Amino acid sequence: MGRVSKFTQAVAFGLLWTTALITIGCLVLIVLFILKEGLPSVNWEFLTAYPKRMGREGGIFPTIIASLYLTVVSLIIATLIGIGTAIFLAEYTRESIVTKVIRFATETLAGVPSIIFGLFGFAFLVTFLGLGFSILSGAITLALMLLPTIIRTSEEAIKAVPDSYREGSLALGATKWVTIAKVVVPAALPGIITGVILGVGRAIGETAAVWLTVGGALRLPVSIMDSARPMTLHLYTLAAEGLSLPRAYATSSILIICIWIINTAANLLMSRFSLKLRS
Amino acid sequence: MTTQARTNQKERNIAGLLLGIASLAVTGVVLIILFVFKEGWPVLAKYGPVALLTGKVWQPEASNFGMLPLIVGSAYVTILALVIGAPLGVGCAVFMAEIASETICKIVRPAINLLAGIPSVVYGFFGLVVLVPFLRTIVGGFGFSLLAGGIILSIMILPTIISVAEDSIRATPREYKEASLALGATHWQTIYRVLVPAARSGIMAAVVLGMGRAVGETMAVIMITGNTPLLPKSMLEPGATLTGTIGQEWAYASGEHAGALFAVGIVLFGLIMLINSLALFFSGKKVGT
Repeated sequence: MGRVSKFTQAVAFGLLWTTALITIGCLVLIVLFILKEGLPSVNWEFLTAYPKRMGREGGIFPTIIASLYLTVVSLIIATLIGIGTAIFLAEYTRESIVTKVIRFATETLAGVPSIIFGLFGFAFLVTFLGLGFSILSGAITLALMLLPTIIRTSEEAIKAVPDSYREGSLALGATKWVTIAKVVVPAALPGIITGVILGVGRAIGETAAVWLTVGGALRLPVSIMDSARPMTLHLYTLAAEGLSLPRAYATSSILIICIWIINTAANLLMSRFSLKLRS
Repeated sequence: MTTQARTNQKERNIAGLLLGIASLAVTGVVLIILFVFKEGWPVLAKYGPVALLTGKVWQPEASNFGMLPLIVGSAYVTILALVIGAPLGVGCAVFMAEIASETICKIVRPAINLLAGIPSVVYGFFGLVVLVPFLRTIVGGFGFSLLAGGIILSIMILPTIISVAEDSIRATPREYKEASLALGATHWQTIYRVLVPAARSGIMAAVVLGMGRAVGETMAVIMITGNTPLLPKSMLEPGATLTGTIGQEWAYASGEHAGALFAVGIVLFGLIMLINSLALFFSGKKVGT
């Protein structure tokens, strides 16, 4: 190794280290700045009180409930469809024109910008089907956005289940469906749940698509047909209309903490899942 | 019916049901295309796609739906995001795949996942309270600018670029690396003469996917670019993007204006499909060819 090439390598590796440090630096800067400004305003009162004067004062209770409501309903829809699709793709077909079309559709859904989902939800669900600005319109729109992730992770988890599990069950006389429902899906469950948890993060963080379909009413959503304003949209309103900077910081902090918890949970689950299948 | 026949019937029903469920994703895509086109079509047909795409004036109240300012705005923020984000992202991917130890990867990867998970509206908010005032002090002007949008987008597209590029570098056959090292090349020479060229189609796919993310991003862009639908003369000026204009105007748009926003949606959708096929083209190429 010549001295020059050694020197070049040192410089190049230094630069590569720098890119990684800048990336981490951006994250640390954003997270610490927002938490530093926001956490002092986060307290029980803020989480459980109703907003007053359009959010200038008071807490954000209805927006937390709206976020949870939207997340739960959209995930119920997306999980049912997603697992069904994954089982179909992994267990019921060979690669064919049908699977190609389904895969192409899933990939397309994954690439479509959220504002287009919003336009679609607004034109089809809110207006055409007459669901109005409602949790239901928002949840169906969100479910479509979450489908690709849930289908992909579920399919991978199902395919990772060793064939010996299936063979054992079939040899005992179980039918194909019983094998899938009682053996394959339970074995793949941690992987499937990881996908669902990632979906939760996406649902909580989504703004544009929800904006065009849920409306933005700042009251507690009770019925699934109620308009609502999730945390993300509330943050946008607070910041863009300059209503209350401290409350915007606090809401951002809550969102970041939620995403951090969700990511950590998904991470733990995934590593335990891969350990279990390896052993 | 015997028990056996009944079981068979049940199994067939389940297979049919699953096919039905699996086709819902396809139905979703068809409905999205159908309804965005249905709403945007009247405006597209009335003014003509060429006039809309090349029109320099976006003034909905005067029925001027020239989308060029929005297209140029989107191009500006996307190119800026790539100029900053692509080298950073690819560099970080090489670092993760080749230099970082297992321990460092275990620290950096969750950080990148968190970066990917932070909601776009939080990025927008950070841009609004930190970057915009910063640019206002440093370079003058409003601070709300295409540059601000490009900088925030460059951070937002990092996770996409890093994870896809890292995977493609890791997917290069081990023999390539071993052969190069055995010939006496340094680790760095091996990286930039062998590994990166071998993984280049995957790296291109990563950059193109990042581009798609930048073009499609809405909330962050709305909050910091200024939403001024004029042809921008420089990146320091405020501007408007395709996504931002839809987000900014949908709530009060009615009649032809609403149709025009759906027409913007059609253009955006076309652009994204084009970008995605490009990414698919790159990622479909085999390593090393």
